[in-house]
Amino acid sequence: MPWITRGLRDGIVTTRYPRRADGYADDFRSAVTVTGQPGPADRAGLQRLCPTGAITVERGLEVDRGRCILCGRCVAARPEVFAYEAGAETARLHRRLLVTPPGPDAVALAATVRHQLAERTRRFGRSLHLRHVDAGSDGSEEWEIAALTGPIYDIHRLGIFFTPSPRHADVLLVTGAGTAGMIEPLRLTHEAMPDPKVVVAVGTDAISGGLVHPTYATRGGVADILPVDVWVPGSPPSPFSILHGLLLAMGRLRAPQEVGRA
Amino acid sequence: MTSERVDALPTIEADRDELAVATAAVCGGGRRFAGLFNAPREDGRTRLEAVVHGRDGYSSVVATLPVGDRSYPSLSRLVPAAAWYERELHDRYGLRPVGHPRLDPLVLPRRDDGLPPLAFGHRHEPVVPDTTALDAHASGEGMFTIPYGPVRSGVFETVEYLVETFGEDIPRLRSRLHHKHRGVDVRFEDLSPEDGVLLAERVEGTASVAHAWTYSRAIEELTATEVPLEAEHLRVAHAELERVVNHLESMIRHTEGSYQAVANARLAVHKERVMRLRSALCGNRFGRNVVIPGGVQGPPRVAPAEAAAQIASIGGAFAADAKALMVTPSFLDRLRGTGVLAVDLVADHGALGPVGRASGAAEDIRSEEPYGTYRALGFAPGSCRTEGDALARQRVRVDEVQESFRLATAALEAVAAIDRPSWWRPVERVPDGRALAAVEAPQGELLYLVEARDGRLTRVRPRCAAFHNFALFPRAFGGDILTDFVFIEASFGLSIAGVAG
Repeated sequence: MPWITRGLRDGIVTTRYPRRADGYADDFRSAVTVTGQPGPADRAGLQRLCPTGAITVERGLEVDRGRCILCGRCVAARPEVFAYEAGAETARLHRRLLVTPPGPDAVALAATVRHQLAERTRRFGRSLHLRHVDAGSDGSEEWEIAALTGPIYDIHRLGIFFTPSPRHADVLLVTGAGTAGMIEPLRLTHEAMPDPKVVVAVGTDAISGGLVHPTYATRGGVADILPVDVWVPGSPPSPFSILHGLLLAMGRLRAPQEVGRA
Repeated sequence: MTSERVDALPTIEADRDELAVATAAVCGGGRRFAGLFNAPREDGRTRLEAVVHGRDGYSSVVATLPVGDRSYPSLSRLVPAAAWYERELHDRYGLRPVGHPRLDPLVLPRRDDGLPPLAFGHRHEPVVPDTTALDAHASGEGMFTIPYGPVRSGVFETVEYLVETFGEDIPRLRSRLHHKHRGVDVRFEDLSPEDGVLLAERVEGTASVAHAWTYSRAIEELTATEVPLEAEHLRVAHAELERVVNHLESMIRHTEGSYQAVANARLAVHKERVMRLRSALCGNRFGRNVVIPGGVQGPPRVAPAEAAAQIASIGGAFAADAKALMVTPSFLDRLRGTGVLAVDLVADHGALGPVGRASGAAEDIRSEEPYGTYRALGFAPGSCRTEGDALARQRVRVDEVQESFRLATAALEAVAAIDRPSWWRPVERVPDGRALAAVEAPQGELLYLVEARDGRLTRVRPRCAAFHNFALFPRAFGGDILTDFVFIEASFGLSIAGVAG
């Protein structure tokens, strides 16, 4: 019976997040942020640094984390303008809240969408059942989602479970840019879920199509197929970021980090 | 500046009607069929190229189709491994292999107008999805079908299977990939050679390092760039850690399916620890943004000695767990004799990676095509087995994980021993021409065929091991029952992103 003692060997390995801070989550480079505002003459060049068009200059210099694939080109080329931001709490409840620095209305918008979602999902209580559908991912998002049920993240302790049937599902996790072949299966899965339901777009591909869009077979994200409620950026997002998105959907965070540090 | 067109791939020109015979003849001489690619030419004609690998490296047999004619005699009757490649080219480019045994749609739905999206080498309208179910092929009293996918319960990549059965046995399995097909290789054509590596990392996201490395090798060959030794060592370290997590993933699925709860949890912890080590080394859990054409992005972010100590700790824990697991009868019983791939079938098909090595096909690109620093690090090819079942594939992976841990440690130590390291050399403007590069990815040989003109990528064709191996997947079900499915699938280590393209 070697497995009994073997199973006790390392003690408890599970994170205490969200009750306690987690060092790995807090140190993880999950986003790019803007730290300086160069003059207008400089801006066109900055835009060209980004292979996915996440950097825009029309309303001042902005980075759209929904497009960013974290390649780090901008940080390497212009460290006085762009920087990595540590911390895995990158999920947001509105597409516009993924843009950094946040606009003047971001705080109000965040409060509104949080309130609306809370109204709708009050019946979830403290238990959440998930369903995952891959709509054209590169396969890495699946690993990060699957890690959530492992011993380190162990989302079961939070009352979150994967369900084998859409009839029991509260949350639909969608990965991938939205391939032509998955539009219909995605719609059918969503339809088969009872109300209230929440859609989480997991990863930059699911949010904007990332680098794999456009082709004859991919869309620029899944938002024009399904009503997305929670946006988890990253290519792929780390398990902590995905967990952050789930906790946002449940209204389980005491001080929701939804606007992002400026 | 004009220069000679670079083309390092030895090529035999063949007549269109002779392509099949010529390829079969080349394969008969101890070479392995490695893929069929096409390249539209400027004059509207199509070049069709069969790549083979033998002791003398890679070479190809090429035929050019006349203008306006997209048909050619099928290779599949003489070279069965070409069957899926021909289906893919038919789906996407409308190339018609005359005499193909079964030209069913594979990566794209059948279109009524018969016009595939890439028929003339240009992007056409978006694909119209096919929502009808796969039709059954087998028939008989009591025969019925079980559709499995595209949406499956649990966290899986999208793929559609159709199991045809009398109840328990699986006499026939069909699959379809078009739900997941992204046409991702087409996106390379819009990118600069520097940006191409970012897309390569996303062709098969679970093997990002292998893809970035293969793509970069092709660019380095085109530009005759010499990569610094320390960069090559660091590439080896990242590639081997990537192999470890991919093999662990297969074992995690095995232990999950056989209800080995403790082993499953332990392996999941080992995998997460390696993922965290990778993110400590480079900031990314999948080793992205490490390999670039010309070298690596920069130095490791933790001291090599510290990383080596962590590898020793994880490796020791894994070795002890693997030893216990490989004598646990309730685990072995589920894998032994399950999903057998016959040795002669595998030899004929040229199966790659651990799938091949569990059925007598010993080839490993790390020793066949010395690249990186494997030779200097004393790479010892893992055990090759002949049982061909899921257990043999698991054993091959257990051995490879331990060798990969050793290689990663040795590579990191070698990096630490180099004074004043330089991490990359600038890459010259990419000349006109093409190059083929290969590495041993976690699931087997990964190929990149890269063509460039005027300093831009004109065509990049990745060929994942999973695509080549997947054709054998339905052949592994002889005598197995429905509850064996999970082990056969996990032991193949399929990446659907890599298969569907």
